[in-house]
Amino acid sequence: MSVTTTEPHDHDKQHDHEQEHHDHKPSGIKRWLYTTNHKDIGTLYLVFALIMFFIGGSMAMVIRLELFQPGMQFVEPHFFNQMTTVHGLIMVFGAVMPAFTGLANWMIPMMIGAPDMALPRMNNWSFWILPFAFLILLLSLFMPGGGPSFGWTFYAPLSTTYSNDSTALFVFSVHIMGISSIMGAINVIVTIWNMRAPGMNWMKMPLFVWTWFITAFLLIMVMPVLAGLVTMVLTDKYFGTSFFDAAGGGDPVLFQHIFWFFGHPEVYIMILPAFGIVSAIIPTFARKRLFGYASMVYATASIAILSFLVWAHHMFTTGMPVFATLFFMYATMLIAVPTGVKVFNWVATMWRGAMTFEVPMMFALAFIVLFTIGGFSGLMLAITPADFQYHDTYFVVAHFHYVLVTGSVFSIIAAVYYWLPKWTGNMYDEALGQWHFWCSLISVNLLFFPMHFVGLAGMPRRIPDYALQFADFNAFISIGGLLFGLSQLIFVWGLIKCARGGVKATAQVWEGAEGLEWEVPSPAPYHTFDTPPVIK
Amino acid sequence: MTTKTYEKYYVPAQSPWPIVGAVALFFIAFGAAHYVIDISKQQSGFGGYLLLLGFAILVFMLVGWFRNVIDESMSGLYSAQMDRSFRQGMSWFIVSEVMFFMAFFGALFYGRIIAMQWLGGSSNNAMTFELLWPNFEPVWPLIKTPGGIETQAMPWTGLPLINTIILVISSVTLHFAHTGLEQQKRGQLKLMLLLTLLLGATFISLQVYEYIHAYRDLGLRLDSGFYGNTFFLLTGFHGLHVTLGAIILLFVFFRVLKGHFTPEKHFAFQAAAWYWHFVDVVWICLFVIVYML
Ligand code: HEM
Ligand SMILES: [Cu+2]
Repeated sequence: MSVTTTEPHDHDKQHDHEQEHHDHKPSGIKRWLYTTNHKDIGTLYLVFALIMFFIGGSMAMVIRLELFQPGMQFVEPHFFNQMTTVHGLIMVFGAVMPAFTGLANWMIPMMIGAPDMALPRMNNWSFWILPFAFLILLLSLFMPGGGPSFGWTFYAPLSTTYSNDSTALFVFSVHIMGISSIMGAINVIVTIWNMRAPGMNWMKMPLFVWTWFITAFLLIMVMPVLAGLVTMVLTDKYFGTSFFDAAGGGDPVLFQHIFWFFGHPEVYIMILPAFGIVSAIIPTFARKRLFGYASMVYATASIAILSFLVWAHHMFTTGMPVFATLFFMYATMLIAVPTGVKVFNWVATMWRGAMTFEVPMMFALAFIVLFTIGGFSGLMLAITPADFQYHDTYFVVAHFHYVLVTGSVFSIIAAVYYWLPKWTGNMYDEALGQWHFWCSLISVNLLFFPMHFVGLAGMPRRIPDYALQFADFNAFISIGGLLFGLSQLIFVWGLIKCARGGVKATAQVWEGAEGLEWEVPSPAPYHTFDTPPVIK
Repeated sequence: MTTKTYEKYYVPAQSPWPIVGAVALFFIAFGAAHYVIDISKQQSGFGGYLLLLGFAILVFMLVGWFRNVIDESMSGLYSAQMDRSFRQGMSWFIVSEVMFFMAFFGALFYGRIIAMQWLGGSSNNAMTFELLWPNFEPVWPLIKTPGGIETQAMPWTGLPLINTIILVISSVTLHFAHTGLEQQKRGQLKLMLLLTLLLGATFISLQVYEYIHAYRDLGLRLDSGFYGNTFFLLTGFHGLHVTLGAIILLFVFFRVLKGHFTPEKHFAFQAAAWYWHFVDVVWICLFVIVYML
């Protein structure tokens, strides 16, 4: 795909992006509060996600501090529960999802040759709701009786009969988070549908654009369901309804069905953009075209469709009828097929490639290996009779941290290193980046791998104390957690260093990089494609 | 995208309204949460005031934002591509609204087809039934809950049927308003739009009347078990949507009176109409599933 920046039909008007705009950026705080620029909003999302990552991370540190040794040392059980709950909510809704939205904002318009996002003002609104939503969530921790303590899954009746008044704050903060996600998703989908430059047809779109397109569809389908669910929790708790109370004709299991109807697509919302990122990085550093582009698109679409049909694999132990259990078991295992196609394609892309191992590539490679481990533990959990044993143990915690931390978070880090030169105009410090990678890689496995063992041996999740036999592994895990947290400080250091200066980046940045975003100068001008580029 | 000359896609330079909207949502969410807590404890607090403040800011924001958009639209800044963005955005918004209602319809189906039957001992739940509520009868509408709350069912004949007819007619009148707009018959446009609004208002009034009837005569309340829960949340959220749709149509009506909209360009009218038809479809599903079946 190659590009010229000449206007298609009017050859007198030579269009030079740098000259024409000389980047009339507004300055001061208003630039950020009032902005309609997809790059500014992307930056806001990414910075917000990073901050939330550290806030959520510090809660994880509290959890690991308490679990460092058996017995109760530092925090009350009730506070421990608040930490697991808010840690999960912040990481899912405040860190991973906004980080992906930030990347979407920065990259999608550039990748498809659009002047900006389709609905720029709404874009700003989507972002600025988030800090307020999380302010409410964090404030709820200071309510009399403490914050939400029912787990990020807020199962009824924990969140109804047995919760305190922070629930109301939780419900409404989830409501406005949902509004933000839905508007963000609408923006992405409309941008991709309507704003592609002439010639950028569907099957030419970079995979990051494709995966985000499908992610946005998932968001529009399931975030409203979550909104409905928290509404039912609110009315059950405060207005005497009995959706989740058998005495009134409801059923607590109904809660779980609705939650996981949202929840399983939600986990794919957090991994599909990661697939797109890895599909961008691997070809660049293998200096080969992506193997099986079309099959990647179809695999993504089938994963998305299947993700609506597997939700009850989270509920095997609720006593569903056997045929339902079997259906959900097989449907879940079916998802492994398109996922396998993806992993195969990445590996095939690297086969006989001229590979180099810069930091983005290192994180992408680690993603492939470690995400696959998470996929395998997922398959183990999908086996119903086995899940009877594994459910609600640390094995599940190990599974979802492999797919979410070494999967989603690693892909986000890879993306940041990959596109940072395009954003700032400077190369990041490669040595520092490699340090960051190796420290993260070792510590993250120290942190999450032993969780498989304690989980298989029966250590329950979400409990502040444990049997003595788990002590050694838990000490390891806690040390790994601390090291992983500290490793991320290297990341921040590298980011600040890169933002302040460094070796100037070329337009293409990476030798093997292809795509529209690499045709514009680095740093990318404030407004990129006011007139659409020509795509050959 | 096949046109020869490329129309510039309008990207507003900056706008204060989104951040104002975010602040509004903060006050609404924070205020609503505290308001709910306050009423549940029957105490007076600041929640209600914050909620009102939030709504006031929201209205302020909407007025300002839409005024900008209308000005831009009237001064011809919007290309055909922009119009498509708006239309697609609105369509996806309606999809998300459909899914919101699906959550409640799904709950209704689950409660009726699965939870209620299991409480009555079917599937492998014979002991649940024997030990918990052996007197429970699993019949829908659930007029007596396992815990013993009794109520009466809302019949579908009478008011609900009348309301269905009213809403369907209002969809038709709105359609004729649209054809009036497209064929430059401004008189028809105004008349039909006004009629739609009146029908909408009648619907809402009758719905309010029905609620009073349910509470006072039937003992059917929000807290009378699963039947009352789903009845009031589904019809309630639908009613809110009708109200919202009517307010939007009202503003569209004012714009029509001012001479806005052309046969080619009338996104705001189109969006309001789509929304109204959507609300209508939801009602028909509601009427069949909640009232009739
Ligand atoms: C091959 C694909 C996958 C399979 C077969 C799979 C299967 C499962 C199963 C059966 C469970 C329930 C375990 C239990 O609670 O007993 C589970 C939990 C979970 N999975 Fe996966 N999974 C897969 C991929 C993913 C991905 C890609 C993500 C996210 C990026 C993810 C995130 C989660 C999370 C967050 C939970 C735990 C939710 C909770 O209870 O808090 N999984 N998975
Ligand atoms: Cu799942």
